[in-house]
Amino acid sequence: MSESPERIAHISGRGIPLRGNDMDTDRIMPARYLRVVSFEGLEQHLFEDDRKTNSGHPFNDPRYTGATVLVVNENFGCGSSREHAPQGLARAGIRAIIAESFSEIFLGNSSILGLPCFSADHDSVDRLQSLIEATPEVVIEADVEAGIVTAGALRLTATVPQAFRDAFLSGQWNPTAMLLADFDRVRAVANHLPYVSGF
Amino acid sequence: MPETLFHKVWNAHTVRTLPSGQTQLFVGLHLVHEVTSPQAFDMLRQHGWRVAFPERTFATVDHIVPTDSKRRPFLDMMAEEMTTALERNCRDFGISLWSADSPDQGIVHVIGPQLGLTQPGMTIACGDSHTSTHGAVGAIAFGIGTSQVRDVLASQCLALEPLKVRRIDVNGRLASGVYAKDVILTIIRRLGVQGGNGFAYEYGGTTVDRMSIDERMTVCNMSIEGGARAGYVNPDQTTFDFLRGRRFAPTGDAFDRAVTWWKGLASDPDAAYDDRVVFDAATIEPTVTWGINPGQSVSVTESIPGDADEEALAFMGFSRGTRVRGTKIDVAFIGSCTNGRLSDLEEAARIVRGHHVAPHVKALVVPGSKEVARDAEARGLHEIFREAGFEWRGAGCSMCLGMNTDRLQGQQVCASSSNRNFKGRQGSPSGRTLLMSPAMVAAAAVAGEVADVREMVEAGVPA
Repeated sequence: MSESPERIAHISGRGIPLRGNDMDTDRIMPARYLRVVSFEGLEQHLFEDDRKTNSGHPFNDPRYTGATVLVVNENFGCGSSREHAPQGLARAGIRAIIAESFSEIFLGNSSILGLPCFSADHDSVDRLQSLIEATPEVVIEADVEAGIVTAGALRLTATVPQAFRDAFLSGQWNPTAMLLADFDRVRAVANHLPYVSGF
Repeated sequence: MPETLFHKVWNAHTVRTLPSGQTQLFVGLHLVHEVTSPQAFDMLRQHGWRVAFPERTFATVDHIVPTDSKRRPFLDMMAEEMTTALERNCRDFGISLWSADSPDQGIVHVIGPQLGLTQPGMTIACGDSHTSTHGAVGAIAFGIGTSQVRDVLASQCLALEPLKVRRIDVNGRLASGVYAKDVILTIIRRLGVQGGNGFAYEYGGTTVDRMSIDERMTVCNMSIEGGARAGYVNPDQTTFDFLRGRRFAPTGDAFDRAVTWWKGLASDPDAAYDDRVVFDAATIEPTVTWGINPGQSVSVTESIPGDADEEALAFMGFSRGTRVRGTKIDVAFIGSCTNGRLSDLEEAARIVRGHHVAPHVKALVVPGSKEVARDAEARGLHEIFREAGFEWRGAGCSMCLGMNTDRLQGQQVCASSSNRNFKGRQGSPSGRTLLMSPAMVAAAAVAGEVADVREMVEAGVPA
C-alpha cells in the first residue's frame, strides 16, 4: 500500500460480479488465515471456503482474472472488523468495490487502504453484474468525484461517502499524518478529560 | 440544549475537524490483542513512530491462545509466535500486557470492564468488532481495523464521522428462562443485520434499567451484529456500584467526583434521537438462530418463516415451516465475549446441575477470563459442569471464531452462546452454528437437541 499522499479520482478496469447479500468478513477471509503477523499472501485465501465448495465461484472463474472492480450486493463486509478482508481484496488487485451497501467498519477499513467503496441502488448493481456476467471484457469506469460509474452503454449513479470522497480526491485517505499534525491539541483535549486528569 | 450521551462524549473528545470533514476523535482507552495488532506495530516501526499514550493502552491475548493448556511454548506454533510478537511489541513500546501467564488474562471485552479500565464517558477503541460491549457502562466504543490500530497507537486518535443515535426501549419484565441474549437477538431480528448502519444504539427502558452490567454487556456486544458500530446504556446506580472498588476505577473522593461527571453524561430526558424503537419484554421468548446471520432467528416455539433465505436453509439443512427445536446437536459451547462472564456460567450451571450431557454431545465451558474462572471455581461451578460431562477450559475466545485449536469438525451442529453464525465461523467450513443464550445451550447439551429451557426451569431446576 502506498504511504505517500496519492490522489484517487478514477478507477478503470474489468469487473468481477459476486452475488449475495450479507457477505461477511469470515467468508471473505476465513479466520484461520488471521493466524499471521503480516498481511502478505492473504490474496490466496479470499473466499477460500466458498471457492472450494463452488467451482463456479466468480473468484474461480478465469473469465474474471485480472478484474479490478468488485461488484457486490447488500451489507458487504459485515461482521468482524478484520482488515485482512480488504487487505486480501486489495492484494488481489481489486481497486474499487461497488455495492448496494457496505458494513461501516469494512467501508472504513477499505478506504484507509485507498480502496474506494461506491454505493448504488439495487437495480443499478444488478444490471452491472448482469452486464459483466454477459461480457466479462467490458471496462468499468468509476469516477470518485462525479459519483458515476459507466460500463458499455450502462451509466449509473454510484457514490463514495462524502468524507471518504474528499479524502480520496485530496490524496489524504491515509489519515495518520493528519492525526499527528496538531499534537498539542490532542494533548490539550486529553488534559481536559476528567478521567485523564484523575477526576 | 438537551443532548444524548453519544453527543456529549463525542464533543468532549473532539480534537478538530479534518479537511475531509471527518472528526479527529481522541481515544481514551485503547485495547490491543494478538491478532489485529502485529502489522500495526510493524507500521509504527517503519515510520519511526512511538506509541503516543502508552499509559492509555492495554493488551492481552485471547483470540488465538489455546484454552486447554496455557503452558509455554504453546503446542500451536502460530499461537506461540503471535503471543511472542505481542509480548515483544508491548515491551518495545512500553504497553501494559496481560499475557497468557498473567492472572488477569482473558477476552479483551471481559477484562476491560472487570478491571475497571472501561468507564462511563470514555471513548474506547480496539481492533475487534465486539468492542461495542464496553458501551454497557456508558462508554462509546468502536471496533476498528489494523490501520486504525496503527493510527490510535501513533496518535491516540481516530478519523471518524459522527453516528446518528437510535433509542431502543425495552420495557417490562422478561419471563423466567428469557435472557439478555434473547433480547438482543430479538432486536436484531426485527431491525435487521444492517438496520443499525450509520447508528449508535442507545438501549434503555425498564427492562434494560433492571439489567446487571453483565446483561447490558451481552446486549451492547451484539450491536455490531445489527450493523450498529456502537451501542451503549446510560450510566446509572447499577453502573456506579459495578465500578466501585475495581482496580483501575477512581478511589475515595475521586470516585464521588467521577460519579458526578458520569451522571451528567447520561442522555438528557428530552434529548432528540434520530430514531426510536420500542420493544415489549413480555413478547420476547428464548430465541435461536436457524440461518447464517444473527438476524435469521426464531423463538424456540416458532417455525422457520415461509420467506426464509434459500442459501441459509441449504447450508443449515433446515426447511421452511419446521422448528429448530428438536434439532440434534453435536457440540455445546458456553463462552465468548457475549456470554462468557460469571453470571452466564451461573445460569448455565443452574440448568445442568444434577443432569448429564447427552452421550453424543461434546460440551465445553470456556470462562471469559481467568478471573471469571477463579470466581466460578470459588462457587464450585467447575465441579457442576465437570460432573455433568462438560470440559472446563482456560480463558479465551475459543470456539467462537475458529482461530485457535477449538473448532467444529465437518458439518457438526453447535449450540453456541457466541455471537456469529456465519458460514465457517466456528472453524469448519461446513460447520453449523445455532446461537442462543448460555442457559439454552446448557439445556441443549443435556437434551442432546435444541430444547426449550423454560421447561427445565419449570421442571424444578433449583434456583
